[in-house]
Amino acid sequence: MRFVDEFRDADKARALSAKITSLCEPGRQYKFMEVCGGHTHTIYKHGLEDYLPENINLVHGPGCPVCVIPMGRVDDAIHIARRPDVLMTSFGDMMRVPGSGGNFFDSNAEGTNIRMVYSPLDSLKIARQNPDLRVVFMAIGFETTAPSTAMTVLRAAQEGLRNFSIFCNHVTIVPAIKAILDSPDLRLDGFIGPGHVSTVIGCRPYEFIARDYGKPVVVAGFEPLDILQSIYLLMKQLARGRSEVENQYTRVVPWNGNEVALRAIGQVMELRPYFEWRGLGFISHSAMKVRDAYADFDAERIFEVPGVRVADPKACQCGEVLKGVLKPWECKVFGTACTPETPIGTCMVSPEGACAAYYNFGRFTRSRVREASQHEHA
Amino acid sequence: MCLGIPGEIIEISQERPDLAKVAVSGVKRTINIGLLSDDPPTPGEWILIHVGFALSKIDEKEAAAALEFLESIGKAYEDELAALRDSRID
Repeated sequence: MRFVDEFRDADKARALSAKITSLCEPGRQYKFMEVCGGHTHTIYKHGLEDYLPENINLVHGPGCPVCVIPMGRVDDAIHIARRPDVLMTSFGDMMRVPGSGGNFFDSNAEGTNIRMVYSPLDSLKIARQNPDLRVVFMAIGFETTAPSTAMTVLRAAQEGLRNFSIFCNHVTIVPAIKAILDSPDLRLDGFIGPGHVSTVIGCRPYEFIARDYGKPVVVAGFEPLDILQSIYLLMKQLARGRSEVENQYTRVVPWNGNEVALRAIGQVMELRPYFEWRGLGFISHSAMKVRDAYADFDAERIFEVPGVRVADPKACQCGEVLKGVLKPWECKVFGTACTPETPIGTCMVSPEGACAAYYNFGRFTRSRVREASQHEHA
Repeated sequence: MCLGIPGEIIEISQERPDLAKVAVSGVKRTINIGLLSDDPPTPGEWILIHVGFALSKIDEKEAAAALEFLESIGKAYEDELAALRDSRID
C-alpha cells in the first residue's frame, strides 16, 4: 500500500490542480482527449474532473479495441464459426459484442462452438489437442495484443500446425487519432497519449500530431496523479506555445517502444488499405491483415467470409462517444435501453468503454447534471 | 484483455527459455517472455503481462500500483484473473 500512496496523495493532487488552474488563460476553453479506455476508467473512478477548473474538458477517445469492432466483422466471425468443423476461440471481452443477429453467446446457443481463452497461446494448445477441428482465433486489439497474435502465428508455423488460423481484426491507434484530428466535429487542444499501446509502439508515432497539427501529446500512466501531471504538462506546453510529444510514463514506456514486438507484428502482418471502425466508419491504413507468407494461418483466406457491411443500430451513438463529440450520458439510450446488462452499443459492452465506465461509477455530479440539462435545451 | 497485469517471475523454463512461471495475485501460471528477448527478465523481477505475453519489465512499486488499479476495476479484473487461472500455456 505504501507504494501506491505515492501515486494517489491527495495533497499532491490538489497542488497539481492549483498549478493547472494557474496556467489557464482567462476565457479560454481547453479540450483534451484521453485516447485510452484505461485512462477513462481512472478519470471516472477517481472523479478527476472535479480537480480541474471548469474550462478544462476531458473527452474520451477511441482507445477501446472491443468498442471499435464493427457489426459486420462479428457477423463474419459467426459465419466462420457456423462451420461444423470449426472451433473458434475469443477473448472474454469479445463474447458480448453484438453483431446484427446477436453476439457470440447467442450464436453458441444456436450451436456454434466459440470458446473463451485468456491468450492466443491457449488457442494454439486447443488446436494441438483437437487435430480433427479447425481452430480459429478471433484476433482483436491494438498494438498491445497484436504482438501476442503475431508470436502465436510464428509459433504455429514453427510447429507446422495445419489446423490453426486467426481471424485478424487488429487495429492501429495512430490513424484513428488522425481521423479525429481531421474531423470537423471536434476541436482539441491536446492528447493524453495511451500508456500500454505505447509500451509497444513507443512515443515517436505521435510526433506528427505535434508537428503537423500543432497539438501537444503526453503519454500517461494510469494512476490519478499520472493523469493530473499529464494535464499539467499539456497546459505547460500550451502556455509556452509549444507542441511536443512528452513521456510522463517513463517507468513503463520506452521512447522507442518494444522493438522485438514491433518486428513480430511486421513479420506476420501488414496494413490493410482500409478498415471499418464501429461508429467512425472506414479509416485508411488503420488495421492489419495477415501477410501472404502466412496465408495458411489466415482465416479470411481459408474460409469464405461474407464481408457485408452492417449499419450500427440507429439509436446508438457510440460513434459520437468514440470521437469524443458526445459524453456517454448525452447518448439517447444511455442507462435506459442501453446498460452493461443489455448493451446496444459497444461502448457499454467493454469495461473499458466510456459508457460502461461512466455507468459503473455513476458520476452524475451536480455540475454534470447541470451540463446535461443545458445540452438538452441547447 | 486490454488489461496489463503485473506478475513476478518465479522461474524460467529450462527447455523453453521463452517461457516463465509467474505469480499473479496468488495464481501461478506459465507465460511467454519472448517479447522481452532483448533484455530477458530474471526470477524476482516484475513484468506487465498482456494476454499471456510479458510486454515490459516494471519495478515492484509500479507492480503494486498497477495491481491496485486493476483491483479497483472489479469485475473486469476478476474475469481476467479467472481466464488466467484457466490458461495452460506451454
